[in-house]
Parts: sequence; structure tokens; C-alpha cells
Amino acid sequence: MPLYRLMGNKEASDIHGKINFISRLNDEFYTYAREHDNFYICDINYISADYGLKKWQEPFYWYMYKYALNVSAIPYLSYNIANIIKSLLGKNKKGFVLDLDNTLWGGIVGDDGVDNLEIGPEESSGQVYSEFQNYIKEHKDLGLVLNIDSKNEAENALSGLNHPDGVLKPDDFIEIKANWEPKDRNFLQIADSLTVLPESLVFVDDNPAERAIVTSNIKGVVAPEIGEAHDYIQVIDRSGFFEVTNLSKDDLKRNEMYKENVKRAKLQATFENYEDYLLSLEMIANIKRFESIYTARIAQLSNKSNQFNLTTKRYTQTEIEDIMIDKEYIPIYGKLSDKFGDNGLVSIVIGHIIKDVCHIELWLMSCRVLKRDLEFAMMDELVKLCREQGIKKIKGYYYPTAKNKMVKDFYSTMGFTKLSEDDNGNTEWKFDIIDNYKNKNNVIKVEEI
Amino acid sequence: MTREEIFKGLNEVFSDVFDEDIIVNDNTTADDIEDWDSLEHINLIVAVENKFGIKFNIGEVNKMKNVGEMVDLILSKL
Repeated sequence: MPLYRLMGNKEASDIHGKINFISRLNDEFYTYAREHDNFYICDINYISADYGLKKWQEPFYWYMYKYALNVSAIPYLSYNIANIIKSLLGKNKKGFVLDLDNTLWGGIVGDDGVDNLEIGPEESSGQVYSEFQNYIKEHKDLGLVLNIDSKNEAENALSGLNHPDGVLKPDDFIEIKANWEPKDRNFLQIADSLTVLPESLVFVDDNPAERAIVTSNIKGVVAPEIGEAHDYIQVIDRSGFFEVTNLSKDDLKRNEMYKENVKRAKLQATFENYEDYLLSLEMIANIKRFESIYTARIAQLSNKSNQFNLTTKRYTQTEIEDIMIDKEYIPIYGKLSDKFGDNGLVSIVIGHIIKDVCHIELWLMSCRVLKRDLEFAMMDELVKLCREQGIKKIKGYYYPTAKNKMVKDFYSTMGFTKLSEDDNGNTEWKFDIIDNYKNKNNVIKVEEI
Repeated sequence: MTREEIFKGLNEVFSDVFDEDIIVNDNTTADDIEDWDSLEHINLIVAVENKFGIKFNIGEVNKMKNVGEMVDLILSKL
């Protein structure tokens, strides 16, 4: 925004005003961004207002060096751009692990009793916590998962969350750990049961000692210094944990899916035989070549899958679109649903055909469908498509990272033979497609088109 | 603050901006320091301003011929 206003406040509304012009110009950009994938707005208008427009611009630097903003403001702008890039690379956090006492409400429920907690519209101190609960709850609508990690009797924690003036209710959370265990241990259990990496969850606790325990014992976890209760929202909001770039349908449904997983776990406990359990899920898979409606989701998945990922190769949406139409590739995606719900698009295999061999450039699967045998169904489909093109040989590659140990022996499980292994643990595998190849998947119904 | 003290401060600023040990004198110019290009020049001016808590104006920056003149200018502003 300009540093001067010729007509004063009228600049904003008058069609001749420069402020009015910039507002309309920005609006055109926003429209364009809504209508085009891969076009992102870095909202300088907000960032500069937040920073302080007077401080944001420094005429000296403009006239001397043509710097459009004050040198001291550059880091803040860079930070915002970095957040967008970070988000595109799948580095966003996936949810919160929250403390209760003096974090989601004022007071200590075990000592003060539910009736004396600070929450609700009557008092200013209660308003602060109501607003914070509301802020946290809004994240749920963006597909982030909420969990509790609190030193409390479980019963007290639940009665606090059932406070009539509370915005967050027990049902809003996937995992509620209210006990006297060390918080880092609870934290790890929460990450484990959600099948996400611990560092993808943000720890929110008013107590610096608890934050230190969690961040020093679990590598990569962030626990913002949230300050006083009235600062919580601002501190978290400016941390760039959840910068939204592409919001997929899967993101919006994530909470439902985790809830369904809890139901699956309960069902599994009733079966002695794992295969019987899998059959009882009545799973249906859609496994097909890439389609343009899914390229955004495929690119997103390729950038954020770390654990069940053999090569950890990252793709942009444009690269995915190119591969989709390239005849030298066999690119397939897998969707999985069962009687509890739809998991959406959760697995990708990209085979690159060079001469008569199909090289598996990428094989990944979302961890929320681990141990459901979808990988076998993907293998069957890959074999089928190879055969259609007369390809008899598949080569697989495993490149170890800090995070993908779980698939170290994946190709062995799939029936591949190891060809080589180098000093860094990179391995190469081959699979010969025999004439009487028998499908490996027996528990998922794969829908024919 | 004496000229010597300002030189001492400038040595710190220059070493920090150009990321190597640098000792400047009255005759030091951009030709003497390899990385001193137009972009680093901006960072240098900002760093000098912050170090001594002063502000240059446009004419002053354009006229500075060497570090000696910069020191004189800083002295006049303190």
C-alpha cells in the first residue's frame, strides 16, 4: 500500500483512489488464485499491516537501492514465503497435542473443580480461554487432528472437557491421554496410534518444563513458547504450522478417518485371526492409472509420505501430469474404502519402462492404511499392467532415509530377489513375472472399471 | 567515541557482513574487498547504521569515497 493518501480516507472507496485501485487489483489476483491450481498468494497486504505499514516501507532504501520494503522487514516477508513453500513440500504439521489445565482453561480441574474453571463468556479471563478453544477447534475443520496429553485423572479431564461453556468437547479429540505418565511418553503413544511421525504434531502446553521434556526427548517436535493465555492464539498463528496451500478432500475428512481407525482397532481386538479381521472389513480398492482429477493429491502424497516410501522421490504436480500421459510410465494410484469409511487415495506406484524392464521409481503408501494388504493389491495391478505391455521383469529400489526403515525388506516380502546392496544400505531388487503369477491379495475386493 | 574506536567497530561490522576477518583503514574501498558488490553494500550500510545507531541520508551515502570518509561521517553524527 502507498505511504500517502491523496484524498485521505476517501482513497479507499473512490474509484480514482490509489488505495481503491490496489484493493481491486488484489481482488483480481485472489480470483485468479481461486481458479488456478499452483498459483499462490503471499498476502503482503496483511503481512505489511501486521508488521506496521510505517515500518514496512523505508523511502531511503527505495530511492537508494529500489528496495520495496525496509531491510528489517525482509525476514518477515521471507518467512511467509518460506511457509508457503514448506506447505507445498508437505512439511505442514498434522495436528495438536494439547495440555488441559491453564492451557485450554484457566485453573486446575483436579484442585479447583469443574465449576471454578475459567472458561465461558461471563468473565474476561474465561473469554480468553473460550476464544482459544474456538481457535483450536477451527483447525479441526481444516483436517487437523486434536489430542490431549494432560497430567490429570482421566475422569477430571473429561469433566473439564464437558464443561457446559467449553467449545471443545471430548468428541473433538482423537486421543485423550489424561494420566500421570511423563508427557513425552504419552506424546509418543499418541503419534504411534495415529501412525504419524511425532514431529508432525505440535505440542501446546503452558508449562515450560513440560515443553522442555517433550522437545528434548522427542527429536523434531516443536512446542511454541505460547506466553500468557491472551497471547496463545497469536503465537501459534504466526508459527506457520498449518499454512494451507492445497486443501484436499482427504484433508477435510482426516478426523473422520482417524475416528474410523479407532473403530477398526476395536473390531480387530475381537478377532483371533488377522486375515479374518481383514475380511470382515469388507475392503474395496480402486486401483487405476493416474487420472487428472487426482494429480494434486498424488503430488501432495509424494511430498509428504516418509515412512512407507521406498525411494522418497518427490514430484511436483506438473511432473505428475507429465508422467500421467507418458507412455513409458506405468503410474498407478490406489484408493481404499471399507465398511467403516473411505480412506481416499492412499497409495502410489510409478513404474518407468526402460527397454523391457519396469523400474519402480516410486512406491509409497499412506501409513493410515498400514497392514491392510493394499500393497499386495497394488503389486497385482502392477504385474497385470506390465503383462499387458509384454514386460516380464520388474526392478525395485530401496533408498534408506531416517524415516523409511519400515520398508527396508518390503521387496523381499513382495517376492523380489535382492540383486545388490551398497555401503549406504541402498538395495536393488528384481522380480520375474512368471506365466502363472498368482494374485497376492486375497482380502481386498478390487473394483473393475 | 574516537576514530580508533569507530575503526574497531567497523572492523567488526565488515568482518560480519563479508564473513571473513577484515581490518579496514582510511583508504579502504569496494575495490579492496572481493565480495563488496552492490547488494552487499546495502547490507553493509544497514549494518553500520545499526552498529552506531545512526542514519545516513541519500546524498551522504552517494558521496562516500572510502572508509575514511565513512568514519568522518559517523563521527559527525554521534
